[in-house]
Amino acid sequence: MLKDIFYKRKKYATIASPIPKDPVSAGEKKEIPEGLMVKCSQCGAIAYTKELEKNFKVCPSCGHHFPMNAFERVHATLDEGHFFEFDSDMISVDPLSFPDYLDKVEKDMEKTNLNEAVLTGEGTIMGHPVVIGVMDSRFRMGSMGSVVGEKIFRAIERAIEKKYPFVLFSASGGARMQEGVLSLMQMAKTSAGLAKLHEERGLFISIMTNPTTGGVSASFASLGDYNLAEPGALIGFAGRRIIEQTIRQELPKDFQTAEFLLQHGQLDQVVHRKEMRNVLGKILDIHSVRGQI
Amino acid sequence: MAGDLQFEKPLIELQNKILELRKFTEEKGIDFTDEIEKLEEKARQLQKEIYGNLTPWQRVQIARHPERPTTLDYIKHICTDFLELHGDRVFGDDPAIVGGIAKLDGQPITVIGHQKGKDTKDNIARNFGMPHPEGYRKALRLMHQADKFNRPILCLINTPGAYPGIAAEERGQSEAIARNLLEMAALSVPVICIVTGEGGSGGALALGIGNRILMLENSFYSVISPEGAAALLWKDSSLAQRAAEHMKITAKDLKELGVVDGVIPEPFGGAHKDIGRQAQLMKEAILVHLKELKGKGAAELKKERYDKFAAMGQYTTLINN
Repeated sequence: MLKDIFYKRKKYATIASPIPKDPVSAGEKKEIPEGLMVKCSQCGAIAYTKELEKNFKVCPSCGHHFPMNAFERVHATLDEGHFFEFDSDMISVDPLSFPDYLDKVEKDMEKTNLNEAVLTGEGTIMGHPVVIGVMDSRFRMGSMGSVVGEKIFRAIERAIEKKYPFVLFSASGGARMQEGVLSLMQMAKTSAGLAKLHEERGLFISIMTNPTTGGVSASFASLGDYNLAEPGALIGFAGRRIIEQTIRQELPKDFQTAEFLLQHGQLDQVVHRKEMRNVLGKILDIHSVRGQI
Repeated sequence: MAGDLQFEKPLIELQNKILELRKFTEEKGIDFTDEIEKLEEKARQLQKEIYGNLTPWQRVQIARHPERPTTLDYIKHICTDFLELHGDRVFGDDPAIVGGIAKLDGQPITVIGHQKGKDTKDNIARNFGMPHPEGYRKALRLMHQADKFNRPILCLINTPGAYPGIAAEERGQSEAIARNLLEMAALSVPVICIVTGEGGSGGALALGIGNRILMLENSFYSVISPEGAAALLWKDSSLAQRAAEHMKITAKDLKELGVVDGVIPEPFGGAHKDIGRQAQLMKEAILVHLKELKGKGAAELKKERYDKFAAMGQYTTLINN
């Protein structure tokens, strides 16, 4: 059964799970190949793995942002030791009886040490309490099915209840096909949650990382009071191949990058990973004092 | 008829034969009444057989039928005093979405819907019902207007999806859709959404956040087109038929999944066989639901819509598993 392959701790601890000391080992299978050195997929430069990790997984030569898993992201964003996870025991079912679906989910649970494609919880950033969600593209390409939708929805409700800002790092290929129209409805559900947060005048900071596309880009990820993105991140509604097939021409290389979106007025800022915590801290600080007129 | 579908062929042939016999009876004065009656009985049987057990793929074909009634057809039959309103006030007017004000049974209403074309030329002008961001922004503008003047909103959904193109991405297709999802959740007037043909993913959902979501019997609503799903699953878009059977996209499936509130029946063979009758059935359904929603305050309408979408999805916990 599913629970057998899941690590034991989660059977008991369903609300609070402390941030792992070493985020890389918590993410188990690393995006960077095992070993001492790693080659940048953009510029081909070789860097020491340790060096790269110290550098927020950004290539020292060309600035390429390597993928970060959810644990690494939490570690890089929140204040040390301040993270309490929500809903770590929620898992997917198979509403469409889709062939092999749950097997694939189980495999990704093992691979990533996550219960689903988003990690949610609360913590602090430079002393400011926040509710945070971090998507992990290693888990079913970060796709959004019922669990991802519900976890994000509950996180938003907690943010409303506690009057905490909500911070979300997106990394997703879009809605999860294997749950059919229920995945589509998660776009509506998360957006309805944000509508309520908005009405309560809660703060939502959306950070789009590589990739943020399809149903995730067309729902909560685009609805931040502040929409930020990491350099070079692929962000868009339709896939590149589908657009090329539709319009029968090749697209420019920078199409649907964070920089392209910034240029077209879709983002507030493109923020280098090294600066992300500072920028978040600045926004949170400004919001910690109610504006006075 | 040009728009006959493959699975309807036996029935159409039989109906043609009946017509022929009738003509014969009239012209030659030979009495075929008995034969005609027999054949008509057979045709009724066949009709039940074919249309009573449509497969998901056959329904997809009906939903995409070139003669499928469009939003403007329904508006003409359902409403009076329709006045079309154009433009998003920012960039342009998207012909793939139409909207305006009208009266329904004497009461003011705002109607918005995807608009497909009637022929190739019209379809090119309408971009085959695939909106750009300005289409969604026009829709939202009209919804806010309805909200201000306390008019119910009717959304008619029929699109293959939001348009995948360069300009659409540049102008924020994602943001336009997302914004509609958020803003529609917050509307303080009754919103009724009806999927009348193709419910193509996010491009459909962007008009789909209602207090009631209804579907016509032969419409479908899906996270990805059957062709898209087949291409992803089996690297072969010609297996769309198989994908359609798997994906639970018909009105009946969605009712069972708890995503839609009701299914509006269609005349035998689909809405295009009798637009007047179809419009009548839709109007009756709309009036029933509007009556239920009437008198509910803004807060209640909002809460109901919120709770409705909050409940969507299926999951479990490790402890229950």
